[in-house]
Amino acid sequence: MGRKEMVAMLLAGGEGKRLGVLTKDLAKPAVYFGGKYRIIDFTLSNCAHSGIDTVGVLTQYQPLDLNRYLGIGSPWGLDRRDGGMAILPPYVKQKGGAWYKGTANAIYQNMGFIDRYDPEYVLIISGDHIYKMDYEKMLEHHKKTGADVTIAGIEVPWKEASRFGIMHADDEDRITAFEEKPKVPTSNRASMGIYIFSWHVLQRYLIRDEASRHSSNDFGKDILPAMLKDNLNMFVYPFKGYWKDVGTIESLWEANMDLLDDSPALDLTDPEWRIYSVSPNRPAQYIAPSSRIVSSIVNEGCMIEGEVHRSVLFYGVQTGMDSIVRESVVMPNARIGRDVRLYRTIVGDGAVIADGVTIGHPEHGGVTVVGSDEFIASYKTLLEVEPS
Amino acid sequence: MMKNKVMGLINLVHEPDELEGLTANRCPATVPFGGRYRLIDFVLSNMVNSGISRVAVLAHTKYRSLMDHLGSGKHWDLHNRQSGLFILPPTSDDAQDLRRGDLYHMFQNRDYLMRSHHEYVVLARSHVICNIDLEPVVAFHERQQADITVVCKKFSSTMPGKSRKVLMDAAGRVLEMQDHYGRLNTEYMSTEIYVIRRELLLELVESSLAQGQEHLVRHAIMTRLDQLKVYGYPFDGYLGMVNTLESYYANSMQLLRSDVWKDLFFRPGPIFTKVKDEPPARYLEGAKVSGSVVANGCIIEGTVINSVLFRGVHVRKGAIIRNSIIMQNGVVGETSMLDYAILDKDVKIEQGRDIRGAAGSPFVAGKRKII
Repeated sequence: MGRKEMVAMLLAGGEGKRLGVLTKDLAKPAVYFGGKYRIIDFTLSNCAHSGIDTVGVLTQYQPLDLNRYLGIGSPWGLDRRDGGMAILPPYVKQKGGAWYKGTANAIYQNMGFIDRYDPEYVLIISGDHIYKMDYEKMLEHHKKTGADVTIAGIEVPWKEASRFGIMHADDEDRITAFEEKPKVPTSNRASMGIYIFSWHVLQRYLIRDEASRHSSNDFGKDILPAMLKDNLNMFVYPFKGYWKDVGTIESLWEANMDLLDDSPALDLTDPEWRIYSVSPNRPAQYIAPSSRIVSSIVNEGCMIEGEVHRSVLFYGVQTGMDSIVRESVVMPNARIGRDVRLYRTIVGDGAVIADGVTIGHPEHGGVTVVGSDEFIASYKTLLEVEPS
Repeated sequence: MMKNKVMGLINLVHEPDELEGLTANRCPATVPFGGRYRLIDFVLSNMVNSGISRVAVLAHTKYRSLMDHLGSGKHWDLHNRQSGLFILPPTSDDAQDLRRGDLYHMFQNRDYLMRSHHEYVVLARSHVICNIDLEPVVAFHERQQADITVVCKKFSSTMPGKSRKVLMDAAGRVLEMQDHYGRLNTEYMSTEIYVIRRELLLELVESSLAQGQEHLVRHAIMTRLDQLKVYGYPFDGYLGMVNTLESYYANSMQLLRSDVWKDLFFRPGPIFTKVKDEPPARYLEGAKVSGSVVANGCIIEGTVINSVLFRGVHVRKGAIIRNSIIMQNGVVGETSMLDYAILDKDVKIEQGRDIRGAAGSPFVAGKRKII
């Protein structure tokens, strides 16, 4: 088997607890986004466009749907003779098996997979974020700075900084301090959870970390601080552009709404950087004479008879006559009856909203979620409780 | 059950073609249709959905776009160890040979037919669009102990296009068939879908050619209706004969009826096509779209009424499109008006143009034209 310069390890085992019913039967990376995609499509498409042809996908939580979706990686050009995509769930060894205890442990358990390709570098990414990035440029940066570790960093709003791993760096982008989710952030430079390690360095730290009984086996909490303590060459790769962690219902909804501006910050139409996904192969959408669609994105196979404003409709969605869908996200194959009002609602795939239902409020209120395959009976009103 | 018993043969040799500019650089099989398909997708999907896993395409002329579209066949799930898609182009580039009938071309490819082990062949053309389950047709064929079964459809006065006429008796036995110009008084037309035993097909090819005949249906079958047991299988789903420009336009406009859209694209099976990675369609602030079929990758800022937009069409601000068909990557400039127009792929209408065809004769702009 050929040697690979860089192998990508994609952490896709996240449960996404804060996405509530949307991740009841689904790993977070498999959650739907943007009318056509699943969250993981963005990182996989980034790999494809960055010339990375060997990707290990580490799965753990609710992997069935995700595994079926990924298949052998064909949509992302990862069905390759050498390398390609490998799905890496936790497995049983001679001395017993164990779940992945943490992000670092997940890589530790798959050191054998990486070693097969004898790579110089390992790229660690996760299937939880929406962004477009050329990892090849990041690798160039890693080589140029002579780093042992390169962490992609982005400036986030100060009020959100405590949700992220926060970095301090000097004028040459050399990392001087790293703190995982600090209560009182002292910098707004956040780690994007994208790391390039020189493999022989990472290997050493993974083994050491595994031997330590007090470690939580996590990159942000254990590995990176240990490396910093040992004065390794750690650099920030500054990233400018759209990047969003869609870990909560609000942020998932917001990220979908971000796509609806007339010139959105995340351009899905760029022919040079297509986001690949599994095509559902549905006919072109049918827009009835009675319908009106404004500031929205609508996918194949939809049949629209009502009004749609500032909304994202996935494939195979039907909306009935006299219905109004506003500031909502409707996932695949959901059916919306006649005379329905949806305001700021996320409708899970396959859900049925019967005639006359009202969900949310046109003027105020947060985001309401209808779970996958849920049925909302006729003339019911679900109002999001007003924030007090 | 169909898998090892029935193979498909899509016959593109001398397909009736009065599609004018639409087939200037492509064969009828790859004429874009319905926002994201090519005509051949319908027959291919029907075969695959019916359980047929080996399909040969008898290519004839202008088949570059056909090779590009079909690729390995994987988009139709025809790329497996045991099955597959076989493209059989002409074996000779001699103009004289190319002009010869489909019997000659089948004869040239008889090795392929002989090597197959399937009992039956479903023969079909690409210009007939419908959504049909072929398994009951084969069951009917066996039940009738027919030599040949032809799938028939009742004529409807509203559907243009040219089709063969079929006259059956009460038991469904075909008594007479005539080409479209014939005066036969009958309510049935042929869908050009035929079920025939593979060995009988080979036999007909050889014996008819030996008698100086050229065309499978017109000669080998139509002149032997007294010797062969030919039965008609009535099909009552939506069906379009897309072999004239008028019928292309009319059948496209039929898709704007929700019942036709559902029938043709979903029942009984889905229609597959080559997958492109276009993002979903975007409707911007000023968009007004009604009674239309819109494909992915479109960006709509203007008004679209009663029209079909293919993938990646951009309708700019203030543009008004009515009763039109705009193929892949078309751009309609600001405040331009289009009525009764067919724009082939990559046509660009600049700002402020006013283009009008008529219901009976739509305006057609050729591929990559700039107006």
